[in-house]
Amino acid sequence: MAALLQVENLHTAYGLSKVLFGISAEIDAGECVVLLGRNGVGKSTTIKSIMGLLTPAQGRVVWKGQDITGWAPHRIARAGIGFVPEDRRVFPELSVWENLDIAARAARRPGHWTMDAVYDLFPQLASMRNRMGGYLSGGEQQMLTIARTLMGNPELLLLDEPSEGLAPLVVDMLLEKIGELKRGGLTILLAEQGLEFSLALADRVYVLEKGTVRHSGPSRELREDRALADRLLAL
Amino acid sequence: MELQFIFSQFLSGLTTAIFLFLIASGLSLVFGVLRVLNFAHGTFYMLGAYIAWQVVHWLSPSKEAFWPAALLAAGAIAVLGLLVERLMFRYLYDKEELYQLLFTYALVLILGDAAKIVWGTEQLSVTRPPVLEGSLRVMGTLIPEYNLFVMILGSAIAVGFWVILTRTGVGRMIRAAAMDREMLGALGANVGWLYTGVFVVSSFLAGLSGALVTPIKAIVPGMDVEIIVEAFIVVVIGGLGSFWGTFLGALIYGQVLSFGILIFPRFSIFSVFALMAVILIVRPWGLLGRPLR
Ligand SMILES: Nc1ncnc2c1ncn2[C@@H]1O[C@H](COP(=O)(O)OP(=O)(O)OP(=O)(O)O)[C@@H](O)[C@H]1O
Ligand SMILES: [Mg+2]
Repeated sequence: MAALLQVENLHTAYGLSKVLFGISAEIDAGECVVLLGRNGVGKSTTIKSIMGLLTPAQGRVVWKGQDITGWAPHRIARAGIGFVPEDRRVFPELSVWENLDIAARAARRPGHWTMDAVYDLFPQLASMRNRMGGYLSGGEQQMLTIARTLMGNPELLLLDEPSEGLAPLVVDMLLEKIGELKRGGLTILLAEQGLEFSLALADRVYVLEKGTVRHSGPSRELREDRALADRLLAL
Repeated sequence: MELQFIFSQFLSGLTTAIFLFLIASGLSLVFGVLRVLNFAHGTFYMLGAYIAWQVVHWLSPSKEAFWPAALLAAGAIAVLGLLVERLMFRYLYDKEELYQLLFTYALVLILGDAAKIVWGTEQLSVTRPPVLEGSLRVMGTLIPEYNLFVMILGSAIAVGFWVILTRTGVGRMIRAAAMDREMLGALGANVGWLYTGVFVVSSFLAGLSGALVTPIKAIVPGMDVEIIVEAFIVVVIGGLGSFWGTFLGALIYGQVLSFGILIFPRFSIFSVFALMAVILIVRPWGLLGRPLR
């Protein structure tokens, strides 16, 4: 069976500066796949290329057998790919529930995730539903941005560094929640720098380096062979 | 000064303010959401006035021609806005401000000349609709019923505008688009059409204001530039992109103009410019606006 998402030989540049040099990856339904790599290796660029926020110069993105390369982001979202950006980007002057409400309206994909369901997942958000997005703490904003994307009932969640800049306690909580989503059957593509966070969630790992895939395989390999993991992430 | 006189000046300022609000709110909304300062907004207003005159002319001697004329004018300008946004404006969003300004200024020149070719340079006028020909006496002051109608309609539009922006799904989407267009698109919203909608509504309001002003002011070439300058002053005073700022700016403009006449009879506009200069110095982003990032 073909993978849910196939990324084939992506080359993406910002103007003249090339960043991706032929990234290929596959995600099957129900999997949690991690793009692992250090600062600036091209994780976010890969995710944005999948989402249609950047147009690759070469290569294809295939979603459920259909070539979606070059589609506008809103069409990709409506096709079932949910995007959680690394810088969170909650709408600062909309309240928590307004942030959630417009996401549901934007994606027009009814399903399991309703306002009540995301408040169940993140009870903390329920208690601040009328607070402006801009007044939330970093961790609260991260919960809101994940909840917001869930409101579109995606089949695949693109999660870009959810743990970035958050306190360890908050990171643990997020890990727990993302694990819950995974157990609920959601397919997840996670971009991460942290090995521990990645290994706690990943079924498979792609280790990126300077815009290429340096290593790919089941996360078990890295879990069992820390020397290999250290070597892959050393550069 | 007696109270009655003050009251009548106040009402005249209020009428000016309502018109300015209807025009400036569209200008401000388009800037707040689309991030383009549309110089041609005043031209849409002028074309609305000309089209209203044209329809009244066609339908004469019918006495009730004014109402269909006003609606047709607003509708026609909305369609013009649709074409301008879909065919041209959308290519400007990621360009530098200078190009945006040059483009909208070019529209001002082209459409302004086109209007001169079609309607000439003579001043034209439209009479008040018969149902609103009379005047009411309030506190000893005579108020034309038509002005009263404009004040009520304008206030209703302002309230409706605000309710839509703050209390409806579409309004929330529009506010979100103003904050982060790309993110809204990545959540699944077709922001392109949202922009078109905002532009069309703003054009409709400009066309409607142009039509509504015809029984009060003569239609002349140059009214486009005059009104856009005034609308700019309003949004500079109130804060570009701020709804209540625009409302407040229009109210202040109207009153300062109306009472300024008493102080500088020949240069009433001077008091408005003076006010704008003061605001630009102490609060460059306007009374209720916020500093641009
Ligand atoms: N808008 C941009 N314009 C030019 N270069 C960019 C831009 N965004 C990113 N880059 C460059 O592209 C490279 C890859 O960036 P990317 O954001 O994809 O990295 P990343 O793996 O997500 O890193 P991080 O862990 O810091 O988020 C980096 O060298 C970065 O400097
Ligand atoms: Mg990144």
